[in-house]
Amino acid sequence: MSSVVPSDITRKEIPAIPLHRHGQLREKLVELAILGCGMLSILTTAGILGVLAFETIAFFKEVSPTQYFFDSQWTPLFSDQHFGIWPLLTGTLLTSIIAISVALPFGLLSAIYLSEFSAQETRKILKPALEMLAGVPTIVYGYFALVFVTPMLQHILPGLAAFNALSPGIVMGIMIIPMISSLADDALHAVPISLKEGAYALGADKLQTIFRIVIPTAFSGITASVILAVSRALGETMIVAIAAGQQPRLTLDPRVPIETMTAYIVQISLGDTPAGTLAYKTIFVVGASLFVMTFGMNMLSQRLAKRYRNKS
Amino acid sequence: MSSFERKGKWIESLFRWLCLSAALLPLGVLLVLLTDMAIDASGRISWDFLTSHASRKPEQAGILSGMVGSFYLVILTAGIALPVGVASALYLEEYAGRGRLSNFIELNIANLAGVPSIIYGLLGLEIFVRTIGLGRSLLAGACTMALLVLPIVIMSSREALRTVPSVLREGAYALGATRLQTIRRVVLPMALPGILTGAILSVSRAIGEAAPLIVVGALAYITFLPEGLQSPFTVLPIQIFNWVSRPQEAFLANAAAGGLVLMATLLVVNGLAIILRNRLQKRRSW
Repeated sequence: MSSVVPSDITRKEIPAIPLHRHGQLREKLVELAILGCGMLSILTTAGILGVLAFETIAFFKEVSPTQYFFDSQWTPLFSDQHFGIWPLLTGTLLTSIIAISVALPFGLLSAIYLSEFSAQETRKILKPALEMLAGVPTIVYGYFALVFVTPMLQHILPGLAAFNALSPGIVMGIMIIPMISSLADDALHAVPISLKEGAYALGADKLQTIFRIVIPTAFSGITASVILAVSRALGETMIVAIAAGQQPRLTLDPRVPIETMTAYIVQISLGDTPAGTLAYKTIFVVGASLFVMTFGMNMLSQRLAKRYRNKS
Repeated sequence: MSSFERKGKWIESLFRWLCLSAALLPLGVLLVLLTDMAIDASGRISWDFLTSHASRKPEQAGILSGMVGSFYLVILTAGIALPVGVASALYLEEYAGRGRLSNFIELNIANLAGVPSIIYGLLGLEIFVRTIGLGRSLLAGACTMALLVLPIVIMSSREALRTVPSVLREGAYALGATRLQTIRRVVLPMALPGILTGAILSVSRAIGEAAPLIVVGALAYITFLPEGLQSPFTVLPIQIFNWVSRPQEAFLANAAAGGLVLMATLLVVNGLAIILRNRLQKRRSW
């Protein structure tokens, strides 16, 4: 059987595509540049870890870890220096706990509304509208906390100081609502419809389906969103720097001035602190402690989020 | 039975209303707060306020140096973060397979997105300001900010690249285009609306950030405009922070006015993003 176009002839007659050596080189160079950019994120992480570790080690050469972890006072700027992290840590935890107790109910109920009750059109408007809350600059929230929320709360709570943990905590809670509402909505939305239909088929009403089927199925995703929101609250800076005060104090009383880890870093950065001094090193130690906490929570959150993504 | 059902319906609609009000109440609070800020600001918003430098007298102080500083900083930040971020996204979506390395990079980017912004400030202070020796300059601030917004740019660009159908890539390859040509002529133009949206998101994040810049050493009180990359600088949020922290009542009105300008800027930037995206999407709907 003879083919119409013998293959060896075709090969000869089609001119070989000229090799643009120049073009090829350029292509390789661009590919290399793209690869380099891809690696930059790893470099950034390495940079963060390296910088924090370097200054932390330098700090612990001068101050014993025992003091850092067990002393109950933080007074690096006084002549009687103490370097116990607890006052800053409780300040940070206190504002974050207040924030999450505001954000959790509002965020979760909003998420349930978005995924279970609202029409598709409403959801399209309401979800981005809620996300606007996270888009407002934190400096503006700080202003609100100091100028609006604190005076208002002082009418209700006469003992409330001008700087306190309560007001910035509440405002921070409003700010992180969308982290919970959006991510928890994603998790609730990912629950297979067949599960809900199964519940309805067994005679469950809407509320029973939501509380016994949808929420338990989406639980890991909801938890992931809450952990992420807490981690965001721990690292939030400007709101607490403005409205919570600058007095490291070992207390869980939300009415008195405190200082968070982030606010301490801001306080030192605003002053003129020469590099190499002990005060300069303290901001890195505090930063490293903050990083360890938020990093742990973010990892946990991602684990949990992955679980619900695999499930659905 | 029917009364039981009616009771269930009643509870259900009650719960529904509870959920709806949980979604609407925070928005209402935001509205009240913004209105309050606008009222506080009303006495201070004027042309003079926009065109004056910082001053020790509240009624003479303005936001010019902060606004110009913010403008330069955002342009520089976007100029650094966009090319690098889009290239990172291209690497992950178009070059790297589903290997260990790309999984690691992906996890790494997700983690970076969750690092508190003030930690980026510490990184910038040690690396850009001290080790590289940029000093407390505009460029050091922009580099720090670029690293901060990079995860946002990368994640939204990847999202955009993923929406480009692979048939189009295969079509380009079939026509003899190289990988780079395919990316430049087919993939990037198609993904542009999504990439732009991410760019705007990162810009609005950079406009509002103050904490990392305070750590890097942006000055709070400045009465001149940045002259170059090495120049000291301030930005609008830091100017506002400075006014909020002062005990005098009069400076609070300035802070409110500054906050209002900041919010208006963000509104314009985000509105622009929506218009741009809709227009580009319309052009490409076939």
